[in-house]
Amino acid sequence: MSTIAHDDHHDHKPTGLKRWFFSTNHKDIGTLYLIFALTMFFIGGAMAMIIRAELFQPGLQFVDPQFYNSMVTVHALIMIFGAVMPAGVGLANWMIPLMIGAPDMALPRMNNMSFWILPFAFALLLSTLFMDGGAPAGGWTMYPPLVLQTGDAFPFLIFAVHFLGISSIMGAINIIATVFNMRAPGMTLMQMPLFVWTWVITSFLLIASLPVLAGGVTMLLTDKYFGTSFFDAAGGGDPVLFQHIFWFFGHPEVYILALPAFGIVSQIIPAFARKPLFGYASMVYATASIAILSFFVWAHHMFTVGLPIKGELFFMYATMLIAVPTGVKVFNWIATMWKGSMTFETPMLFSVAFVILFTIGGFSGLMLGITPVDFQYHDTYFVVAHFHYVLLTGAIFALMAAAYYWLPKWTGNMYDERLGKIHFWLSLISSNVLFFPQHFLGLAGMPRRIPDYNIQFADFNMISSIGGFAYGITQLLFVYIVIKCAMGGKKARARSWDGAKGLEWEVPSPAPFHTFETPPKLTKKVLESLY
Amino acid sequence: MATQEIYYIPEGSKWPIVGTLSLFVTFLGGAMMFNSVDAGKYVLIIGLALLTYMFAGWFADVIAESIAGKYSKQVDVSFRMGMGWFILSEVMFFAAFFGALYYARMFSIPWLSGEGQGGHNGTHEFLWSSFQASWPMNVMPDPAKYTQYKDVVPAFGVPAINTALLLASGVTVTFAHWALKKANRTALSAWLFATVALGFIFVYFQAGEYAHAMNDLDLTINGGIYGSTFYLLTGFHGFHVTMGAVMLAVILFRSLKGHFSKKDHFAFEAVAWYWHFVDVVWLGLFIFVYWI
Repeated sequence: MSTIAHDDHHDHKPTGLKRWFFSTNHKDIGTLYLIFALTMFFIGGAMAMIIRAELFQPGLQFVDPQFYNSMVTVHALIMIFGAVMPAGVGLANWMIPLMIGAPDMALPRMNNMSFWILPFAFALLLSTLFMDGGAPAGGWTMYPPLVLQTGDAFPFLIFAVHFLGISSIMGAINIIATVFNMRAPGMTLMQMPLFVWTWVITSFLLIASLPVLAGGVTMLLTDKYFGTSFFDAAGGGDPVLFQHIFWFFGHPEVYILALPAFGIVSQIIPAFARKPLFGYASMVYATASIAILSFFVWAHHMFTVGLPIKGELFFMYATMLIAVPTGVKVFNWIATMWKGSMTFETPMLFSVAFVILFTIGGFSGLMLGITPVDFQYHDTYFVVAHFHYVLLTGAIFALMAAAYYWLPKWTGNMYDERLGKIHFWLSLISSNVLFFPQHFLGLAGMPRRIPDYNIQFADFNMISSIGGFAYGITQLLFVYIVIKCAMGGKKARARSWDGAKGLEWEVPSPAPFHTFETPPKLTKKVLESLY
Repeated sequence: MATQEIYYIPEGSKWPIVGTLSLFVTFLGGAMMFNSVDAGKYVLIIGLALLTYMFAGWFADVIAESIAGKYSKQVDVSFRMGMGWFILSEVMFFAAFFGALYYARMFSIPWLSGEGQGGHNGTHEFLWSSFQASWPMNVMPDPAKYTQYKDVVPAFGVPAINTALLLASGVTVTFAHWALKKANRTALSAWLFATVALGFIFVYFQAGEYAHAMNDLDLTINGGIYGSTFYLLTGFHGFHVTMGAVMLAVILFRSLKGHFSKKDHFAFEAVAWYWHFVDVVWLGLFIFVYWI
């Protein structure tokens, strides 16, 4: 197999600031993305801590309601656009070229721009915390007419969304061009690792949905400053129109966050079950089906706004359909583990937890997708519990799994397994203490996005807050583990995990600065040995 | 595979970070202007100047690399995919505005006038019960808030001429392409010049129509949902035509300098694709905004 690992003879790196600001190297840019995502994870997390502190007891304790609403809004924007998406793109940057035997991303300079936009876009957004009228407080969904009451922060919010959209679209185009044009000769589409598949499908979602959001927020801007009436019934428009436009983006966005996570666990579970992925082709088709269906279900976020009954029924049934391909995926992950020689290193622990907890989030999603019962759950803490199961114990757990799985490849060192397991168990317990009681709160009628609540909700909120603080502190352990791993530790082999398959494990650990400058020779025999 | 060439990976480049900064400064200037900060317009101008500098510098690098023969077939394919999917993202941007137009015509205006839900539509009864649906909707549900207009721009006047101009420009750019493939440089430049000219004539006519609509017909962006969709759709389209015409002018300039060969002229093709995209969007506009 050493024929595949092209030993690099001129591993020269640019030095100093130029290396990072002018980079055209997918590994460096991937690292930048991942560090940025982790930083934003803590900034967004700090806002979540403020939220949970305020909700620790009924009554107004620490912050004024306007600021609380800002925290809710900016926490969501940061976690979605600043943490989960960039972490996914960072992984794509690092791993896709390695997995398909490409020398780099197809368009390396544009790749650098996609990254560097992020800190500047968030500078625009976070600067609003210090402005007249405070940061945006109308919710990350930016519904008019409420969002039009935003103070000086308003144009900054809109332009930050435009700016982030530009970054994501460039990143998506780059991934598509890389996957379709840069695969090592001999690797067919149906031989690509599933992580690559999920990312290329995610990229199509990005390209098709983000420009629609850009259009929608542009209409908000013109409604506020130029006298248009897109979202004002007094001029023949409709505030609900914004919700349609927003969720036409917003629902695919949910899968933009989730599909790369599916790809990650589809890499990790076979590695630690020491079996090939069960039902590879059905996994690919299921991912594509979910992506296509995601464009036809958006109004299930809007059941209570007064849609015609036929519309509600259509969107309810379309939503139910998504359970089918998702079920296929969960079945395949479990079937992969079935009778496998399983070991439970940290990446596997996070992946198994992902399968279980994402499924819980999926089931609560099914409940919310049923129109008549959604009338009760809509805008309650049940929704908050649902999407945090999908995003935190779903997407973030998968990202954590990915970090542990590939850290040896990135740093050349094994992380501290004992600390990794402690991080996992503390995260698992605290996140469930944090979010499980919120189901009960929501079913009992506690509304979301409110700093105060009725006394009857006090106990569960206190439990939830304790879980929240515990989860927040636990993540500091992750930073320590990552830094410790980067500084040193047991040397990682090229194939850092016994059961790990794929081209990325054929190059040395840490992966040299340049890999696959000439494509590896992938004969049928080599490919069979790879998977 | 024996013919596999090494894929060209550029050295570190300053243009991405310059591009990022220029967009940041542009957005910052725009946001300051919306907040009535006087310095905003200067910030915006600096941002746009930086943006122009970035485009010129980045493309100059790419052109130099291309002429130096650094790009293999495979790099060419990456560029093609990049441009193609970029155009799809533009299509989706326009789709949002077309969606708003259809929604207003099919749903919000009829509902405001009492249709739907078996005639028991609270919106109508409680908001503006005298409002009657019409399209173009020139009586506003709340006439105090939005400007009533005398008339809209008829389809079969200047817009029809503009349609002909743009369709003709699609033909001339194809003639230019054929000429390029036959290495007929004179015809290439002539047809490209014709295309650029048609593009700018279109923009000129469109500007004239805007002046007519605003001054004579009182049709402004404040004219309710018709004015909103009309100006945003035609405005973004006009902006794209202007950009496309500038891009074509750059291609014309390059072809006069002797760039492009019979087989290798992706920049020309990319701009031609973009031009056809702008053309197709216009057809949608002509049919749905002006005509029906």
